[in-house]
Amino acid sequence: MSKFWPLIKLLPNRTNFRFVKYARLFGALSVLLVVGSIFFTVWPADNKCGGLACGVDFLGGNLIEMSTRPEPVDLAEIRASLNGMGVPDAQVQSYSVPGTDPTGRYHAMAKFGNIEGATATETINQVKAGLTRDLGPEVAFTRTEAVGAAVSNELLTNGIMALVVAIILMMVYIWFRFEWQFGIGAVIGLFHDVILTFGLFAVTGMEFSLTTVAAVLTVIGYSMNDTVVVYDRIRENLRKYKKMPLGELIDLSLNETLSRTIMTGVTTLFALIALAVLGGGPLQPFAFALIFGIVVGTYSSIYVAAPILLIWGVKRGAKEEDAKPIKLGMASRP
Amino acid sequence: MVQMSRWKVTLLALALVFGLVFSYANLLSPAQRAALPGWAPKSTLNLGLDLQGGSYLLLQVDVDAMREKRLSNLGEDARQTLSEAQIGVVGVARDGNGVVITLNNPAQMEAGLTAMRNLLGGGVAMGSDRTVSRQGDNRIRYGFTDAAMAAMGPTAVDQSIEVVRRRIDSLGTREPSITRQGAERIVVQAPGESDPTQLERVIGQTAQLTFQMVDVENSIQEAMAGAVPPDAELLMGEDGTPYLVKRRVIVSGENLVNANVTTDQSNRPAIGFRFDGQGARRFGDTTAANIGKPFAIILDGKVISAPRINSAITGGSGIIEGSFTIASASELVNLLNGGSLPAPLTVEERRSVTASLGADSVAAGKLATLIAFIGVLVFMILSYGLLFGGISVIALLLNGLLIIAAMSMTGATLTLPGIAGLILTLGMAVDANVLIYERMRDEANNGRSPIAAMDAGFNRAIVTIFDANLTTILAALIMFYFGAGPVRGFAWTLSIGVVTSVFTAVLVTQVLLFVWYRTQRPKKLPIAW
Repeated sequence: MSKFWPLIKLLPNRTNFRFVKYARLFGALSVLLVVGSIFFTVWPADNKCGGLACGVDFLGGNLIEMSTRPEPVDLAEIRASLNGMGVPDAQVQSYSVPGTDPTGRYHAMAKFGNIEGATATETINQVKAGLTRDLGPEVAFTRTEAVGAAVSNELLTNGIMALVVAIILMMVYIWFRFEWQFGIGAVIGLFHDVILTFGLFAVTGMEFSLTTVAAVLTVIGYSMNDTVVVYDRIRENLRKYKKMPLGELIDLSLNETLSRTIMTGVTTLFALIALAVLGGGPLQPFAFALIFGIVVGTYSSIYVAAPILLIWGVKRGAKEEDAKPIKLGMASRP
Repeated sequence: MVQMSRWKVTLLALALVFGLVFSYANLLSPAQRAALPGWAPKSTLNLGLDLQGGSYLLLQVDVDAMREKRLSNLGEDARQTLSEAQIGVVGVARDGNGVVITLNNPAQMEAGLTAMRNLLGGGVAMGSDRTVSRQGDNRIRYGFTDAAMAAMGPTAVDQSIEVVRRRIDSLGTREPSITRQGAERIVVQAPGESDPTQLERVIGQTAQLTFQMVDVENSIQEAMAGAVPPDAELLMGEDGTPYLVKRRVIVSGENLVNANVTTDQSNRPAIGFRFDGQGARRFGDTTAANIGKPFAIILDGKVISAPRINSAITGGSGIIEGSFTIASASELVNLLNGGSLPAPLTVEERRSVTASLGADSVAAGKLATLIAFIGVLVFMILSYGLLFGGISVIALLLNGLLIIAAMSMTGATLTLPGIAGLILTLGMAVDANVLIYERMRDEANNGRSPIAAMDAGFNRAIVTIFDANLTTILAALIMFYFGAGPVRGFAWTLSIGVVTSVFTAVLVTQVLLFVWYRTQRPKKLPIAW
């Protein structure tokens, strides 16, 4: 067996990165990014969704997705057509990276309000007829959505509730499994990831919809997953090295789990990049959110959730009896 | 680990059999599935509307409008009854769950109460849904009981679901799903319906058919100027002609036994109808008493036609003429036969996806899943070698099999975000393997023997794996609880994926590594330095 096969041997046996040394620097960077993200998410404040480009799920209104093949959709023409029909609040955008849809279609979507005095259904029917007239018969309407005001408000409330409940449950879980300092650290890490993902959506103007909330929840799950692995090792090392300063101990734990962090991160990213590139138009924003969230989640496990333990410190030496929850005795069996 | 417990091997074998048995049906064509013996599992992956195309409608049952209408009818009932008993009425005013009628002459109070009590039908002892009571010298209160008011909403929603189901069935839509959501909402999911507008039109129409007399005593010009008599209402015809119509309903759609498409004398499409006994009698009596006067046939507040009564219509059947086409006549016939909606339905949310977009999504999803799988496979084998990497790939394959089996068995719906959940699971599933392998490497690098390193690696990694994956399950549960449609599909797929991935990664790795160790007796682990 050679020295480089399997490739995992290329990863050094033991790395000695001094993560904690740069914790202040990255902490400052994180604070900056979080503040920026909050600003872009909340501002303008008079908007119901702030800076987020909320979809009809949360704002109410109508949406039509159309696709053309083989010619790209002419967004300006759609806009002109909608304005000609007197449709209010019309927004037109292309929602997949042109040319990346494996089915060779070009996708665009239009969001608009109801024509005065008409119901959502009547408006949609008029818009479809008008667009077919103006764009020619090759345009295919692949999806239509209409969400009333009451429902969109409920969906928004439920979305926010889901995020809040998720974060609280995670905190309770970590608190229960570890100690309160870890719970706080994990939650700050989660807020960091969620806020930055919001910031990404605000800055890029990608549509923020129900599926995005699902993506953010998944990011929460993944980020927690990562954080738990690191915390687990810190807890173990706290019992192993009773005298080691906390900063060094965190560095050691991060280095010990680094190869796992990289391996899992890379395989997950592999899968998600396949999804982003090949999954077709509708899933692209979802895939981007997950990819971004997983990178940020990995970063925050290392640079937010772990070093934050230094602020409060953790209890050392207590709970000696918990030190062997796993049957280490097994290992010494012949 | 040296003594591999027999139950682990048995469990693994059972999982494999379970996976094969319950996912097998997905490979068969519908005809082949039908030919399977009765005991064989036949359920397959259930594709969501976003993958097979279809329409989703969230309907709000307008219970308030229905209550309003019932209360308004209550007032008309009272007015009519008292007028037939020749008791003078000063006014009828709305009062909470009912109306308060002010009599002209307090001396007629007893007669009024008797007449009104007759309206209650079965008598108070029988538990009517309405009550009549005396208020002061000259006022009678007539209203619904609190229980009747409270039951009105739920009953209306139940009835609406029935009516909607009959109407959708008449369209020939395959496998529609109609469910109640919350207190006053109905969710309709119809796969494959190419025209959501038709679906919506058919569902949304109340189809309230009534026969009412045209008010010929009062002038329509005065009514249009605002002086509508209290017992009449101003309605529009389909062509915009105004009609002044008596509020009292002679016969309504509830008395309809059957409607069918027919033609009138000049061979234009028309609608034939037949009333039940009660309807026929009331219609016969009224027409006999009003020969020469016109009556109005009203559908959902619009006058379809207002023919003149030439003779008493006693047979209980007749035809409705109007400006129908064959298509509109047959649609209306289906609506009438399906029954009218007890309350108006409004569309709160409507989503539809064409079957072709769904098929494109499935194709793209399959390709992305395949490529993601190959990517993970290559990466794992390159990283951990044929043995350890290969074992994690076998675990991944079994994992995929179990996910498909579990989803087929539970009838869970695979949605577009669900496919994303599946792909994400592919990436995250190897996490358990990575945790185990990295632990083993650690232990081996610290100088333990291969078997000791493997053992310690397992036992230590398992705590972490459990902790780490529980968080993902928590997140998925929250999504399931708060999310709608597609998001739930994602949450469900993710949950199943996490459970099966932990199961397979841990068990497959443990059993296969044990077999390897038993047969090879290695001196060192190939993944360690």
